[in-house]
Amino acid sequence: MARFPFSAIVGQDEMKQALLIAAVDPSLGGVMVFGDRGTGKSTAARALARLLPPITAIENCPYGCSKEDQARYSDVCGTGPLRKRPVPFVDMPLGATEDRVIGSLDLERALRSGEKAFEPGLLAKAHRGFLYIDEINLLEDHLVDLLLDVAASGENVVEREGLSVRHPARFVLIGSGNPEEGELRPQLLDRFGLSVEVRTPAEIETRIAIMRAVAQQERDPDGFEAEWAGEDDKILKQIARGKAKLPKLTPGDDLLEDAAKLCLAVGADGLRGELTLMRAARALAALKGAKSVRREHLIAIAPSALRHRLRRDVLDETGSAARITRAIEEQFG
Amino acid sequence: MTTPASSDPLEDASLAASLFASAPSLFGGVVLRGASPARDALVAELQRVFAQFEKPLRRLPGHVDDDRLLGGIDIATSLATRRTVRSTGVIEECEGGALIVPMAERVEPGTAGRLAQALDEGGSAPALILLDDAHEADDAPPQSLLERCAFHCELGASRLWQVATLRSFGNLDEVAALDDAALEALAATAQALGVASVRPLIFAGSAARAHAALEGRSTVIDTDLAAAVRLVLAPRATRMPPMEEPPEEEQSEPPPPPESETTPDDPGEQQSPGDAPLEEMLVEAAKAAIPADLLAALAQGAAPRRVTGGGTGKRRKSGLRGKPLGARQGMPTGGKRLALIDTLRAAVPWQAVRRKEANAGDDTPILMRKEDLRVRRFEDKAARVTIFAVDASGSAAAARLAEAKGAVELMLAQAYVTRSEVALVAFRGDCAELLLPPTRSLTRARRALSELPGGGGTPLAMGLDAVRECADAVQSKGRTPSLVVLTDGRANIGRDGQPGRKQAGEDAMASAAAIARAGYDGIVIDISARAGPEGRNLAEAMGARFLALPRGDARAIAGAVETLQPGREAA
Repeated sequence: MARFPFSAIVGQDEMKQALLIAAVDPSLGGVMVFGDRGTGKSTAARALARLLPPITAIENCPYGCSKEDQARYSDVCGTGPLRKRPVPFVDMPLGATEDRVIGSLDLERALRSGEKAFEPGLLAKAHRGFLYIDEINLLEDHLVDLLLDVAASGENVVEREGLSVRHPARFVLIGSGNPEEGELRPQLLDRFGLSVEVRTPAEIETRIAIMRAVAQQERDPDGFEAEWAGEDDKILKQIARGKAKLPKLTPGDDLLEDAAKLCLAVGADGLRGELTLMRAARALAALKGAKSVRREHLIAIAPSALRHRLRRDVLDETGSAARITRAIEEQFG
Repeated sequence: MTTPASSDPLEDASLAASLFASAPSLFGGVVLRGASPARDALVAELQRVFAQFEKPLRRLPGHVDDDRLLGGIDIATSLATRRTVRSTGVIEECEGGALIVPMAERVEPGTAGRLAQALDEGGSAPALILLDDAHEADDAPPQSLLERCAFHCELGASRLWQVATLRSFGNLDEVAALDDAALEALAATAQALGVASVRPLIFAGSAARAHAALEGRSTVIDTDLAAAVRLVLAPRATRMPPMEEPPEEEQSEPPPPPESETTPDDPGEQQSPGDAPLEEMLVEAAKAAIPADLLAALAQGAAPRRVTGGGTGKRRKSGLRGKPLGARQGMPTGGKRLALIDTLRAAVPWQAVRRKEANAGDDTPILMRKEDLRVRRFEDKAARVTIFAVDASGSAAAARLAEAKGAVELMLAQAYVTRSEVALVAFRGDCAELLLPPTRSLTRARRALSELPGGGGTPLAMGLDAVRECADAVQSKGRTPSLVVLTDGRANIGRDGQPGRKQAGEDAMASAAAIARAGYDGIVIDISARAGPEGRNLAEAMGARFLALPRGDARAIAGAVETLQPGREAA
């Protein structure tokens, strides 16, 4: 089935912006999307993967290693010339077994030839790409455990079934879920760089626009894709430019101070919030092609970067977003 | 780059890491609490230092199995080469080095036991770097491992993200052993801090000498002892040091009245007056190093964090997911996975006999029979579901419904942290209803609660029946229910919906007995203004614990339920 073009997605600007930022700076730590079903979460995440410039990887390498990876993981990585391949996008189903996720002993080869071979799992496939987990809040605990470990360390260590394998697994984690159906473990939530809340659009015009776009895409997927190819191409170039620009941007001291003040004002725990806020502001500036990182970038990205880091108060009904907006107003007028 | 605060937790942690990296097996391990950029940097630096010293350092994944941990016969290779090939385990492979244990609070007790055993055997067993990501007090790495790691560092609050190069010392033998005065001072300090175990004391002694070695001294001086106390003893404190005048910049509250057990200790310690200044100095050093949250908890007389069953329910076996258990005989059908190694292991002893039977030569591949097949089993923790039954009748509601709501909300927050689920039953007037089926959602629970009206009669029997039905449903799904009933126990509506105190009371007792027969864990909280005998009788009939809270507030109820948590298993 043809995928829906990213640029054709109507509305949901905060989510789209967060996804683009995560694409510009994959080290930010991914995006968590909170919201109801049918708000375009999966569509946007899948569409994004196709928008990214292809990666160069060792041919035949089951992990899609880059040259640098190959030096570190020479024991597991294949050999061969470098070839371009599309950015991997892995959809992890909720009911996935541990074997499937981390990889397991290749039974067939073991039985046939007594050979102990590792069959890579979903984590291997997602290396250098995206790992998308819909309804991540319903994911089983032991899977969350191993995801946390791999997301933190950037490599997957398998020590079971007589296997001892270590392979790189760095991916942008994209999770989505509805908080009404279950909460996310705080440890996992903390791993996400950005989080956004999406709602079903309430305006009649937007809803009509969505219905129109979807109908058009269903009728003539190829034509629809061709129609939006120009727009998608623009975004692709924007991401590529942003990626190139990113290392050249250094936030100034006054901005660091702003970030620290804001985090203090909203009561975001730990240093991770500040660092993420800074880096997200930098990625946004790079994406927008700005010459320097400015306060406006910081303010624009603050809700996404901090929303999920506020200390939880059960008795406080005010939403996190409102608390952040209030703090921004108090701090910066 | 912001200027670092003068006493960032990372500084002491780096010092601990320096000592640890120079002599991993001497110190057993280091616990790094709190995910933070500082910790990531420190772990990276440790990795660099270990690589530089050519000591092995590996990550130990949580799903490691025994074969890979301890080593065993490598069946596949053994069969292929026709001789016994032993495979080494991670513990053996990392001798002289260390293992990084990520998410140490989630380590299986079995794995923890094997690691602890390896450490106890001494020699060159790998030391441990425990990364503890626990977010709440009830969650902590296994005590067996914490005890065997010399250094405990709290890095969650660190404001730094870069770490200085770790230093190292040469030969510890060049440092003289601790003299009696130093030993006495350490022992007295440990006692003052309520550190009962001797192991930390031994670690402290080694740490003092290592610190001296690091500074290039051949004898241990006060600074070294202070560092040892700060790094090893202070994080393990279980009580406030019985000394006057807490430092002003910390808690402004006065020190708590010394616990009865500490007072008799003091005269004993002060018999050797020569040591008093040194001990005082050490206790002072310790006090400054006790983490703020621990200090606050200690000041309230609360016990430090402990490991308990937390939010998980009974364990159940599963063929599909969970932590790996041993294998058992069976067909790999229905999604069950073949346990290859165990299958081969089962088949190997019969090969000679089967070959003879089948008249097969030596070159035939291994002869398998159906009974050799082994499938893998996993242990799946059943989620715990706490079912709240709230009496919203006029008699109970008038004064207490708001408090009960507040308590339920607080317990919900707790439940979300411990990953258990919550259900809510309310009874009033002539009906009981399941307001909230088992859920993890705070948002929904809060809404259901705020919409809960009060007033009307007390159909206690109906409420208890609804709770039991909900518990049955929960159990049939393989989860473990526990019941919390908030009521005044004064039933006045019978099971048939007719008013009448006598009949209602009998019905309620019958319903309570049914719960007792089902064997569900529970607690009855009497929320009437003046507790009568009804609540206690009800609890007895239900086989549940009883708690009267005539003047409680939300937090008191939540606190009480937490300590009396039903469903907390002895195992």
